[in-house]
Parts: sequence; structure tokens; C-alpha cells
Amino acid sequence: MLPRVFTVAARHEETADTFTLELLAEDAADLAFAPGQFNMLYAFGRGESAISISGDAAEPQRLVHTIRAVGTVTRALAELAPGAQLGVRGPYGTAWPLAAARGRDVVFVAGGIGLAPLRPAILEVLAARRDYGRVVLLYGARTPGDVLYAAEIARWRARGDIEIHVTVDAAGSDWRGNVGVVTQLVRRAGFDAAHALAMLCGPEIMMRYTVVELGRAGMSPNDVHVSLERNMKCAIAFCGHCQYGPEFICRDGPVFPYDRVARWFDAREL
Amino acid sequence: MEIHDLENYLAHHPFFAGLAPEYLALLTGCAGNVTFAAGETVFSQGGTAEHFYLLRDGRVALEFPHPAGNGVVIDTLDAGDVLGASWLVAPYRWPYDARALAPTRALALDAVCLRGKCDADPALGFDLSRRFAAVIVERLHAAELRLTDMYANPASDVSDAAVAAGAGGAA
Ligand SMILES: Cc1cc2nc3c(=O)[nH]c(=O)nc-3n(C[C@H](O)[C@H](O)[C@H](O)COP(=O)(O)OP(=O)(O)OC[C@H]3O[C@@H](n4cnc5c(N)ncnc54)[C@H](O)[C@@H]3O)c2cc1C
Repeated sequence: MLPRVFTVAARHEETADTFTLELLAEDAADLAFAPGQFNMLYAFGRGESAISISGDAAEPQRLVHTIRAVGTVTRALAELAPGAQLGVRGPYGTAWPLAAARGRDVVFVAGGIGLAPLRPAILEVLAARRDYGRVVLLYGARTPGDVLYAAEIARWRARGDIEIHVTVDAAGSDWRGNVGVVTQLVRRAGFDAAHALAMLCGPEIMMRYTVVELGRAGMSPNDVHVSLERNMKCAIAFCGHCQYGPEFICRDGPVFPYDRVARWFDAREL
Repeated sequence: MEIHDLENYLAHHPFFAGLAPEYLALLTGCAGNVTFAAGETVFSQGGTAEHFYLLRDGRVALEFPHPAGNGVVIDTLDAGDVLGASWLVAPYRWPYDARALAPTRALALDAVCLRGKCDADPALGFDLSRRFAAVIVERLHAAELRLTDMYANPASDVSDAAVAAGAGGAA
């Protein structure tokens, strides 16, 4: 699949190393996607990276990606100013199980940049709020300055129909929120574990222990879905770069039912 | 809260689940209600640990103070949480400050009273120590998770994170 050319329409700084790009297609065609899917973003001459779509699936004419600058490609993407161009292949991958979540309580658990791939799912649930039971968002970040979408989280909270707990690893004395790991928030959240569905995205170690806490609260691993964001290259199950046991994240994921990948979480070498 | 309500509250608190009724009555004799306004100090680093607290509502920050005034908050506790284990172990000093972040109601259990009762009845001492050990182990595990700095190393396992941290330090 050849990349389509997109132009940066806007750029927002989220945190010290994370930014959001709003992109418009040169061919003006929509890029329809399902929450949870990703694109391969191509910084011309520098390389390609898998980046989840963090925009609103109801607005497919405007592609939104939130990116953390960690290495060659993501730093090249960080240099793109409004008007600059990049290549986009996609969308690829599996989606969050929003249809299966209808009528049930929904628990979103995000860590760090992991809120970005969950954002389209949260937006879709909030847009059809009456189709779901209680909705909870538990979000952990390193420091208050690393909290993504802080203004939007405040707006979600003000709606009163989503329970939100944000925690950080450490904070200055002016922080009024939680300090501690996100796994500890599971206990605070009000949801019916027997009829809930959880969607997790964040560091693997965080997801592993969150599943343990959800289990303690009475939730079955069948009802937990995780997004695995290990590095990948081709995105078409060819190169093996993102192989996770027998699964290719690019073809079979990134969103998996937890029980399908549970044993790979504990494996040392994959 | 009347004595009867205090005993009832303790009996239904998860921290005391399954505690023998005679011990509940003993503990109630050491318990009293306290309230803290937002911003009020619950205890200060270096002070004598004279109580532990069961938080009924509100939020308390545990904070390492800094001479320049800008402390570091290392944990927050909310309704249902147990605050303070230093009353159990000599020299009975608080290792950090505790400060209410919101109006907070709590039950304070008097340490001198409790230690006396534990010394007089080692079975009670053992029971309480075990309950505190469970809380301490859970908090230690949470602190260990934070040590991995997992958000900075999202794709990594603990071992990878340690390597990455080591490599960063050497660079
Ligand atoms: C399905 C999927 C969705 C993703 N969604 C997003 C997203 O929405 N936003 C975002 O910022 N990133 C996302 N990532 C991660 C992103 O693909 C990588 O951070 C990026 O490819 C790194 O490329 P680079 O050339 O910038 O860094 P490199 O130069 O290749 O590596 C630099 C450093 O980053 C580390 N690294 C590489 N890949 C990852 C990874 N997957 N996770 C963590 N650390 C990594 C390397 O170990 C190395 O230490 C996603 C990954 C996958 C597989």
C-alpha cells in the first residue's frame, strides 16, 4: 500500500515530549477508521512509525495523531510545522470492542501516552452515552505535566456522566489529585465487575497489574481488552518485527482480548 | 459518633474484617473522631507517631517537605485508606508530612493506648501487625512499580526498564 500524502493543518503541544498533529488529506478523501486502529506515518526520507489514531471517528475528514518523540522517526514527525507534508498508510489493525460494550459498564485504564489510542473509544462512548452503563476512566501519568488532554479531561469530568480518576507517580505540593500507581485506582472506581468490559492501553507492566486488580475486583480476563504497541515495521504481517508469540500485532492486533495474549505478557524473550 | 457507632464503623471497616469482637471493643476504647480542614497538617516529619488514622472521607497527601517550601507528594490516601504505620515500630517517628488536601474526617486510634493493649495481649499485637503488614506490602509493591518509571519506558518489561535507566545514567 502506497502512502497517501497529508498536510499538517494544526499542531498542539501536549507535554514536554508529546504533541498532537491534525492532518488533512491532499486528495481530500476521508480516512474512515474504527477506534483502536493505527496508521503508519511516514516522515519523508526519515522512516515510518506505527501511530494510533487519536481523533474522533465521527470526523474522518480530519486525521488526528498524538505522538511522543522518542527516536528517529517520531522526532522527525515532531519537526513538522503546519503546512508540512507526510505520508500515511492505513488504517490498520483491530478495534476496541465498543459494540460488545453496549449495555455494560465500561472501564478505560490508560497509562502515559496510552490515553491517545483510547481517546477515540472514549469519544464514541460519550457520544452515545445512553447506550452504556457506568463509564470510568482511570489514567496514570508520570507527573502532572505529563497528563495528556488535561483541558479535555476537565470537560469530560464536568459532564458528570463519566467517573474520572487521574493519578501521577509524584507531584509538587500544589497538585490536588491522586499520587500513586493507576492500578490502585481500580478499587476506587464504581462499576459492576460482573457486567463490565475494560479497555487498557499503556505500558505492558501497567496492563499486567491492572488485569490483576480488575480480577481482584471480580472481573474476568475475558472482559479485558488490551492494546499492544510494540514496535513494528511493515504493518502487513510480513517482516515479523512485531511478532508476539504466534500473533502479529499489526495483523491480529493491536487490540487483543487479554486472555489471548496473557501468556506472552509473562514471557521474557519474544 | 457515639461509642456504639465507633464500634460499628470499625467492625465494618475492611481493615478490621474478621477481627474478634472482644478486640473490637478494646480498639474502640482507643479510637476518637478527628477532622482536618483542607490544607491542615495531620502530622509532621520527625514528630512522634501518636496515632494511626482510618480515613472516612477527604484526601490526605504524604509529602517529603523541602526547606525551600516546595515539597514532593509521594502518595495520596482517600476514604477507606489507613494512614500511618510508624506508631508500630520504634522510634515511633513520622517519616514525612501528612496534609489534608480536602476537608477530611477520620478515626484516630491512639498509639500509646494501642501499644499498651498489644503488649498486654500478644495475640492482639500479632493480629494488628499482620493487618498492617498487608497494607505495607501493598504500598511497597505500588512504590516498586513506580520505580520502574514505566511511562518513560512504555514497551518495556521491568528488566528492560532497569537496563534503560542504567544506560541513561551512563550516557
Ligand atoms: C500499534 C501501535 C500504535 C502506536 N501508537 C502510538 C501513538 O499513538 N503515539 C506514539 O507516540 N507512539 C505510538 N506507538 C509507538 C511508536 O510506534 C514508536 O514510539 C515509534 O515507532 C518509535 O520510532 P522512532 O524511530 O521514533 O524511535 P526509534 O529510533 O526506533 O527508537 C527510539 C527509542 O524508542 C523505543 N521504542 C521504539 N518503539 C517503541 C514503542 N512501540 N514503544 C515504546 N518505546 C519504543 C526504542 O526502544 C528506543 O529506545 C505505537 C506503536 C504501535 C505498535
